[in-house]
Amino acid sequence: MSVWENVRTLVRWYASTMVKIKINNKEVEVAEGTTVLKAALANKVDIPYFCYHPKLSISGNCRMCLVNIKGQNKPVISCRERVREGMEVDTKSEEVKKMQQGVLEFILVNHPLDCPICDQSGECDLQDNYFKFSKFPSRLEDQKIHKPKVKSLGPLVTLDDERCIVCTRCVRFCDEVAGTHELCVTERGGHSELTTYPGKELKNPYSLCTVDVCPVGALTSTDFRFKKRVWFLKTTPSICTGCATGCNIKMDWDDSVVYRYRPRENEAVNQCWMCDEGRLSYKFINDANRVFEPLLKKHGEFEEITWEGALKHIADICYENPKVHYIGVLSAQASCEENFTLHSFLKNVFPKAQFLTTKKEVPHPSHDEFLIDADKNPNSNFLELLEIKEADDFAKEGIYFVLEHLTNAQKEALIMAKPKMVVWLASNLGDVSLAGGTSPKLSPPLWADVILPKPTFAEQEGHFINRQKRLQKANKAFEPKGHARPVWMALAELSRKLDKPLDWNSYPNVFKEMSQELKWITQLQR
Amino acid sequence: MELILSKNWGAPNRSAYASLQKLFKMTPAQVIEEVKASGLRGRGGAGFSAGVKWGFIPKDTKKPIYLICNFDESEPGTFKDRAIAEKDPHMMIEGMIIAAYAIGAHTAYIYIRGEFYKQWEIVEAALKEAAAKGFLGKNILGSKFDLDIYQHRGAGAYICGEETALLSSLEGGRGYPRIKPPFPAIEGAWGCPTIVNNVETLSNLPYIINNGAAAFKKFGTEKSSGTKLISASGHINKPGVYEVEMGLPIRTFVEEYCGGVWKGRKLKGLVPGGSSFPVLTAEEAYNVNLDFESCAAAGTSLGSGGFYVMDETTCMVRMLQFTAKFYEHESCGQCTPCREGTGWVSQIVKRIEEGNGRDRDLQLLIDVSNNMMNGRTICVFADALAMPVISYVTKFRKEFEEHVRLGKCPYASTMVR
Repeated sequence: MSVWENVRTLVRWYASTMVKIKINNKEVEVAEGTTVLKAALANKVDIPYFCYHPKLSISGNCRMCLVNIKGQNKPVISCRERVREGMEVDTKSEEVKKMQQGVLEFILVNHPLDCPICDQSGECDLQDNYFKFSKFPSRLEDQKIHKPKVKSLGPLVTLDDERCIVCTRCVRFCDEVAGTHELCVTERGGHSELTTYPGKELKNPYSLCTVDVCPVGALTSTDFRFKKRVWFLKTTPSICTGCATGCNIKMDWDDSVVYRYRPRENEAVNQCWMCDEGRLSYKFINDANRVFEPLLKKHGEFEEITWEGALKHIADICYENPKVHYIGVLSAQASCEENFTLHSFLKNVFPKAQFLTTKKEVPHPSHDEFLIDADKNPNSNFLELLEIKEADDFAKEGIYFVLEHLTNAQKEALIMAKPKMVVWLASNLGDVSLAGGTSPKLSPPLWADVILPKPTFAEQEGHFINRQKRLQKANKAFEPKGHARPVWMALAELSRKLDKPLDWNSYPNVFKEMSQELKWITQLQR
Repeated sequence: MELILSKNWGAPNRSAYASLQKLFKMTPAQVIEEVKASGLRGRGGAGFSAGVKWGFIPKDTKKPIYLICNFDESEPGTFKDRAIAEKDPHMMIEGMIIAAYAIGAHTAYIYIRGEFYKQWEIVEAALKEAAAKGFLGKNILGSKFDLDIYQHRGAGAYICGEETALLSSLEGGRGYPRIKPPFPAIEGAWGCPTIVNNVETLSNLPYIINNGAAAFKKFGTEKSSGTKLISASGHINKPGVYEVEMGLPIRTFVEEYCGGVWKGRKLKGLVPGGSSFPVLTAEEAYNVNLDFESCAAAGTSLGSGGFYVMDETTCMVRMLQFTAKFYEHESCGQCTPCREGTGWVSQIVKRIEEGNGRDRDLQLLIDVSNNMMNGRTICVFADALAMPVISYVTKFRKEFEEHVRLGKCPYASTMVR
């Protein structure tokens, strides 16, 4: 078959799957079988809606997306109406506008209008639609119906039932995505109440997604509630580092503090969901255990020291011990760039350097068949694909450069090995609070000699290779906190002190060099 | 006049199940044709042709087909299905056998209003009798046709009389109406083709099979054939359930059947089809006949025949307040306009009746009602309040204005409470 035949087949196939419809008298071509709402949104025609959600079944209960179709005497809900060849849709005639205003007026009849104290304010579909499609003052002169204002549905979600517009997105989420059926609507009419089934709690591993799908301020994250007005938040597209899945996220932050993660749509990875565990994993970025200054161990205790002093100290020790083993410990917790720079630095400066790897190990890791992976490391596949020849163990006497956290067994082995020096590149001193975390016996003073503070992934660019072997980029949200320095910057400086200068000068530069050296990285799916 | 539905109400139905011998000699398609030819229209309120509805069942379906007898009679003013079940349940069961045979259903349900406990007992006993005589179960009368009938009790929601809400409830879910299409005939109970017919509709079938479509069509008007049970209540001398021939003038019905308006008072208004439909003023009412077309031409509906009469001392605002309160209470709350609109309307009318109305409230009532009806909602429940509201406010506007002007109800002293 010639190329042209292929093209012709493709064109024929394309033509057969497209239909021509008119939206507000403008002809558009849309995929056969799609809905009027999807067709309109794809063609930049704004139709308001609440209960429709692309990942949930159609319930058609908010009635916000009503449109007129020529030849039909009653309006239809565009979220459910399928397109047909020659269909003429009207989404903004006076009649349709009146209809939309009517529905908005109804939704607001019993809505408490407590926007000034509502967390959703500023990112509320009801606010947005009111300003876009209505802006009429209320005609209600009667009492509003009162319902529970602060109701804990589960450990992570708090409900303000007065704000609920009974769109049932959250109910459908629990039924259709989580499959756990915790939520239901009780009572009737204007007294309808969102609640959990008797004896149940909203505690599925994805419960905070109900807060995402809630178009108003009814379901709020107990963690985020009242922490920040959303219009102060800046949003950076990033990657969740909670496990190997690498859910795409929006990182919301302000003034170098991360307030929350929200899932970012990526059909191939996480659709538009993420797990609660991952969502709340942002806390280590703001953690009190962060290291902000280089630390040098003197007489069994760490003292703050300047970067210049720390690097000079390391360089001196290296000069004094030219013949010892140099061992780099790469980490599945760190980004590709961090691992690559450490790897590259040691190979260039100490050609005989050997490598080990470490990863976060959790006693009974949560996991399921959806998004939660038992491997709690965001970048295991980088180490896998790097195919480094691992040195035997931590038993060698020598100089260690450790990236991120070692396991307790590794720490013990390292202490036993009595190394000449351990340089630890870390952003925090470890999860002292968690069970299975660092016990005093294994605290840094015993096994590390120099601690170089590095930024978390929120403070620098970096790539991670998820379980599907997708190369995903986490963007830099804000400047490194304190005097934390990216690994490449610290190691480039150190290389100059060791007279084998590496000329890394920026992230793009590091990434470029990594792509040239590790050709396979460019062939990964993004 | 020969009675079709109430002929056995005085004595046991000795001719019950007589139609079955004839039925099983016909093919299901012939039965459907016969019922189509009879012009039998649904008696639950919508007045849709029963035979045509049956014809919607997909011919080549591999799924089981269900028949449901809608006995969730709860329309304010309507109490005729209850009378059928109490006085002649076998006619209803016989009708169900005919309908099930026609559509090919082997399982049928009677969805009975939860409050009808006594009636549930009566029907349950009748079902047992029918089964004992071999009219239900396997191989009915050697016809190789099987049918089982089960009763399912509702839990007290008016909306479950709406056929799709009924299906949700029957399946064990919350009584929420479903979006149509698909219609139940295509995707009904448990996703299978399902026909939902009213008790009275089904009870007409034995007569049609026994006597033929032509005999049935002799009753009534051209487009509304047969007779109709009218539940008469309100300010009349003789309230009760009456079987009338379709097309009977309302004046004749009120004066001859109901014994006229009580206490020698004048008629102020009446509703011929149940609380879901617009009210008629006295002048309008006396030009209307009891059939689907005549009622529709007058802007109301024969509906389910919930005929209630209001005399000259009735406060129409209070009447609307009762009506609105019912719909506020019964709105299922699934879709926005109805969930919020019914409550809002109810509050406004209550306020006017209590003397706290404002001039702008009358227009507001009409606006809100218009925003609720005509396809804005999943089912027609909202229309069932909006239509009466608009009719009361426009037809009795002076009374509403007087309430607002006086700041109290002018009928407070005269009205029966």
